[in-house]
Amino acid sequence: MSNIAATPAKTLPEHHYLNATYGIRSWLLTVDHKRIALLYLASVTLFFFIGGFFAMMIRLHLLTPSGYLLSADTYNRMFTMHGVAMIFFFLIPSIPAVLGNFFIPLMIGAKDLAFPRINLLSWYVYVVGALFTLYSMISGGLDTGWTFYTPLSTVYSNSAVAPAVIGVFITGFSSILTGLNFLVTIHTMRAPGMTWFRLPLFVWAHYATSIVMILGTPVVAITLALAGMERLFGLGFFNPAMGGDPILFQHLFWFYSHPAVYIMILPAMGVISELIATFARKQLFGYHFVAAASLAIAVIGFLVWAHHMFVTGQSTYAALAFSFLTFLVAIPSAVKVFNWAATLYGGSISFDTPMLYAFGFLGLFLIGGLTGLFLGCLGTDIHIHDTYFVVAHFHYIMVGGAIMGYLGGLHFWWPKMTGRMYPEWLARIAALILFVGFNLTFFPQFLLGYLGMPRRYHVYPPEFQVYNVMSTAGASILAIGYLLPMIYLTWAAFYGKVAGENPWPATGLEWKTPSPPPTENFPVTPVVTWEPYDFHHRPDLGLDPVSTHEIMPAHGDD
Amino acid sequence: MHRTGELYGQFKTLEQQKESASLGMWIFLITEVMFFGGIMLAYALNRHVYFPAFAAGSNTLSLKLGAFNTVVLLASSFTMAMAVWSSQVGKKNLIPIFLLLTITLGFVFFGVKYVEYSQKFEHHLVPGKKFDIFFCVNNPSSCPDVAPDELQEESKLLDEAKAADPDLNSHAQLYYSAYFGMTGLHALHMVIGVGLLLWLLKNSLAGKFTPQWNTPVDIVGLYWHFVDIVWIYLFPLLYLIDRHK
Repeated sequence: MSNIAATPAKTLPEHHYLNATYGIRSWLLTVDHKRIALLYLASVTLFFFIGGFFAMMIRLHLLTPSGYLLSADTYNRMFTMHGVAMIFFFLIPSIPAVLGNFFIPLMIGAKDLAFPRINLLSWYVYVVGALFTLYSMISGGLDTGWTFYTPLSTVYSNSAVAPAVIGVFITGFSSILTGLNFLVTIHTMRAPGMTWFRLPLFVWAHYATSIVMILGTPVVAITLALAGMERLFGLGFFNPAMGGDPILFQHLFWFYSHPAVYIMILPAMGVISELIATFARKQLFGYHFVAAASLAIAVIGFLVWAHHMFVTGQSTYAALAFSFLTFLVAIPSAVKVFNWAATLYGGSISFDTPMLYAFGFLGLFLIGGLTGLFLGCLGTDIHIHDTYFVVAHFHYIMVGGAIMGYLGGLHFWWPKMTGRMYPEWLARIAALILFVGFNLTFFPQFLLGYLGMPRRYHVYPPEFQVYNVMSTAGASILAIGYLLPMIYLTWAAFYGKVAGENPWPATGLEWKTPSPPPTENFPVTPVVTWEPYDFHHRPDLGLDPVSTHEIMPAHGDD
Repeated sequence: MHRTGELYGQFKTLEQQKESASLGMWIFLITEVMFFGGIMLAYALNRHVYFPAFAAGSNTLSLKLGAFNTVVLLASSFTMAMAVWSSQVGKKNLIPIFLLLTITLGFVFFGVKYVEYSQKFEHHLVPGKKFDIFFCVNNPSSCPDVAPDELQEESKLLDEAKAADPDLNSHAQLYYSAYFGMTGLHALHMVIGVGLLLWLLKNSLAGKFTPQWNTPVDIVGLYWHFVDIVWIYLFPLLYLIDRHK
């Protein structure tokens, strides 16, 4: 059943960006943003596996209360490297560097980003930083927590802190260069007619993300540089024995690391806007509010960092201010959730895999976001700070939110990137497995945290074992939920059903190019005359009141 | 590979290309502000908390050399602006001259910095095991470059400071960590700047910059001016505050 006029069997275009040139040099020296996106895809997936390995070690160890698997020291290294790998090398680059790189030029009607060579440079910088961090992991890893608190990290730790600090420092520049590229591209390279308020919300989300990358990342860079110099050369800013202040490190560190979580979630929110509009076949409700909310999150997100430091002895008045601002930053996120829900209302909803991920996002981000409020509230935070409640909270947002957005986006745009569709039913089952596995892993952790199980401890009171076992069982199911897409997406890239230009159909400019697109994206610069997410007035896509008597749900090719 | 001066494929007009390059450089400079800002914050906080030690630290810096370097950098910003102007009005012969002047002034800055840094090494003012803020006062023969009346003033100042802060040496070491950290970072940025200037020099000698297309001169100029402004912050912060002279 199809609501588009019958077309002949689809074939791949003869020339596209994947077969334009051959050989490893054409990939390693490419300046094509689409190829660079795939280079990033490979790198971040590798680090996802590495981070996942450390996660499995943690969960296996926590099956028993007395911790038979790992020593205390080794356990510290496991959770540290899980955090470092996942945050700096998977989550922060993932959507911007893969989907953003690939689709921002296509969505705005440009031939490439503003600075293609800087784009390639950003990938190499990522790789160099990754190599330093891998070296740290191989030479015993580090045990300081991904937060590198001093003076443990700078003075007392007997682990490979310096290479990891250098690695994360270097990779930060990859983030900065990506953000710079996106900001300039969105400002100067939009096609004629692509005004700011015709931009897809995915682009708005990345604009806001880029602001955070530009303003925040340099601060963690200097912080890590100072910490590294303290470790290597004995400088004393963060060492109390020399008159330094560990709290200064925490302020400087969190000034970036809180906005960093918005770097991780804003792009995912951008993906969700695209998915919900497309699979509800409806204009996104409150487009302007959602765009403004992205910017508001980016700005207010810089004002809340010390909510990570409520128990450090900061002044009550400072804590009050940060708590208030933390509640404030929840508002634009809520605005977005309400707008997505309003988009669903009265829409023509279909349950394709990307939409399943979007639904997953809505529920899980909601839980993650609401539990953040308990943490932002001073009284309750005293009890749940540094417990598994925090761990559950941020995993609901980063995994239930950001990774669902990433996977939803990968599935949605896979036909455009590869020219071929993934297997729909297998994908839906995988999404379901992922959802079940995720909740089984992390919901018990809310209970554990509330009951008092501290985080970063290699042992726990025996009465917590049931929930820990549930969590580990869930993690195994979650792992399957991740492995399945990795396998079938790879398979589909080569053997999937040819997708054609616009299998959903969706309304973005990227869907008006062949699948896969040619290297230059648009042989002729498009001129944009339509509003975004307009499913009723796009005759060029077969979507207008005349040719369709009844709006049918979107679907991939049957 | 693209050659300097051509319209790159992703752009539609030279105007768009120039606008993008300019915006890109400004955004990069914003990241630099955040980068230096972090260490300046650490410095400012520590200065406030360890007032006597940091005052003692400031007094060991040579006001003459610092002021000279400030004039050198300001002059180099002027010659850089002249290079940009020359490229804008099409005076192709002047561009390499002004660039060379800027580079030379940059090297003068490095020379003075080298003198200052080696002084610090000799006076045991580099953070580490041998750090000793009292070194010159206790061993005047090892510090021949400091005049006896200066040494006397310094001795008085240090005694006062030590009375106010028994851990003076430790906290003075923090001052020097900041000093080397900030001036070192700044010097590193200047080295990169000189490298960029040399690249510009090569291209200007080949006559590449015209009034229609002088973007690299423009954006390297922006970078150089930024590096200059950082020094304008560093000089008062490190050299001028709390001098008792």
